[in-house]
Amino acid sequence: MNELVFFINNVVIAGSVTGSIYAIGAIGVTLIFSIMRFAHFAHADMMTFGAFMVLLLTTAFPAAGTAIGVPTALIMLPLAMVLTALLAVGIDKAFYKPLRAFGVKPIVMVIGSLGVTLMLQGLIRLFAGTGGQSLYVGDRKEIFRLGLPFEGARAPIVVTEPQLYLFVITIACVVALALFLNRSRLGKAMRAMSDNPELAQASGINTNTIVAVTWVIAGGLAAIAGTLLSLDVTFKPDLSFFLLLPIFAAAIVGGVGHPYGAIAGGFVVGFAETLAVFNWNVLLRPFQESFPAWLELPSNLAFVGTEYKIVVPFFILVAILVWRPTGLFKGKVI
Amino acid sequence: MTSNTSPKAGPPGATPLLCARDVHGGYGGMNILNGVEMTLHADEVGVIVGPNGAGKSTMLKAVFGLLNVNQGEILLKGEPIHNLAPNQLVKRGMGFVPQEKNVFPSLSVKENLEMGAYLKPHNVKRMLEQVYEFFPPLKEKRHQSAGELSGGQRQMVAMGRALMAEPTLLLLDEPTAGLSPLYMNEIFDRVKKINAAGVGILMVEQNAKQALAIADKGFVLAAGQNRFTDTGAALLADPDVARSFLGG
Repeated sequence: MNELVFFINNVVIAGSVTGSIYAIGAIGVTLIFSIMRFAHFAHADMMTFGAFMVLLLTTAFPAAGTAIGVPTALIMLPLAMVLTALLAVGIDKAFYKPLRAFGVKPIVMVIGSLGVTLMLQGLIRLFAGTGGQSLYVGDRKEIFRLGLPFEGARAPIVVTEPQLYLFVITIACVVALALFLNRSRLGKAMRAMSDNPELAQASGINTNTIVAVTWVIAGGLAAIAGTLLSLDVTFKPDLSFFLLLPIFAAAIVGGVGHPYGAIAGGFVVGFAETLAVFNWNVLLRPFQESFPAWLELPSNLAFVGTEYKIVVPFFILVAILVWRPTGLFKGKVI
Repeated sequence: MTSNTSPKAGPPGATPLLCARDVHGGYGGMNILNGVEMTLHADEVGVIVGPNGAGKSTMLKAVFGLLNVNQGEILLKGEPIHNLAPNQLVKRGMGFVPQEKNVFPSLSVKENLEMGAYLKPHNVKRMLEQVYEFFPPLKEKRHQSAGELSGGQRQMVAMGRALMAEPTLLLLDEPTAGLSPLYMNEIFDRVKKINAAGVGILMVEQNAKQALAIADKGFVLAAGQNRFTDTGAALLADPDVARSFLGG
């Protein structure tokens, strides 16, 4: 029983947390790709920027949340989303739009976004320092321990407060995005432009507006992903940057340009990571007696060590590109 | 310039729906159009025919602002429109159906049509009914994604999408290309019906005989210039046109 709880804590919950963050990040990457046809490498740093905005605002008004009993960081999230959306639109105007107007190849845009990455990282480090800081400035991070009503279940299921918020916000984002893309005029126009930009223009759709809306959504989602990640652990200037590979893996696994694919891809990559570093010895130990005597279970039965977690999305990425380059949901081939 | 022998032409001196004078243009530095002339009155069907490379589709693209016109002028209802952006032309009542990639494959049929009325969102319901009347198969398939449809049905979606904006002038680039004779006749039939509903039509066609049969005006282009310009019936009857452009 305790082994099962251990599995829930270390795989089900941890995988959902990682998966949610990858999913929200990958939605942004995939939307940008589907509208502007380039891989936006600065996306992870837009996430960091969003979290940094939350940190700044929370530090400035540490008691704002206590009045209604939510962590201040969450109160500041909508404002940070707006700021990050503005940053995204501004970056597009300053760096990507001139490139687009020049009609450059997508790879030039990608390299441009690498430059934006370096710039954003430098800026954030300049103001935030290089160390880690908790987004819980004035609040306490609640930890919920749910005991199971079974005999012999000693270990509780552990969920932290930010993780609960993370699940709720992820579900809200997915529902909102689905409604936006399928019901709203602007959302449909976005899908139309992703399908066929020339025809979208011939239908009277203003493609500049769609590009701006895409950046607003991508920026807002990036702020959410970065903040939720920093809430779960701590804020660090390079925290999100290391998520770039898994987020791109998630977008590609799901099929590039396919928002629902990005969500699925996020969870596939998130769970694959947690399952790969999970110590299977814990689950197999109760059945030790039924194994033949010569089979001694090693004490650590994980597929890869935690420190090599990053190879998992890389492996998935290679596997998908070799066997199913369009991804699970038949996206575009990069 | 041709004399107005078309029975539908408005009173003499009325502003034509579309008027192109001495249009020169092309891609990059190369001119494909070398002085095309075209006059089309409201409610008329104009058909552009001619050999491959004559600049037929290029002329249509020039009318829809997809091509740089570097000499001459194009007037819509008397106002100059050359080098306006396509979405502004849609606002002024022009609809364009490209020959290829003319639907949004991952959008449903209904969503495709809705995109056509993007600039007139309050018209969607009424226009949907009207388009379903023109193309009954679309109503049945409205929840299917357009990418799953056959070529003929896709052409219907494409024309329906353009009609959603209530254009006064509909530009069709080879609407029957690659279709079976059955669908081809159906499309020509719809074109006539759409025209009867008061929409001016300018189309490029490879199936010149069938197209000229329904044309009020025919423009035979060669090497980016008008070779013959007359009513559809007159062009069909002209032995010169028949010999050189209609395959005898």
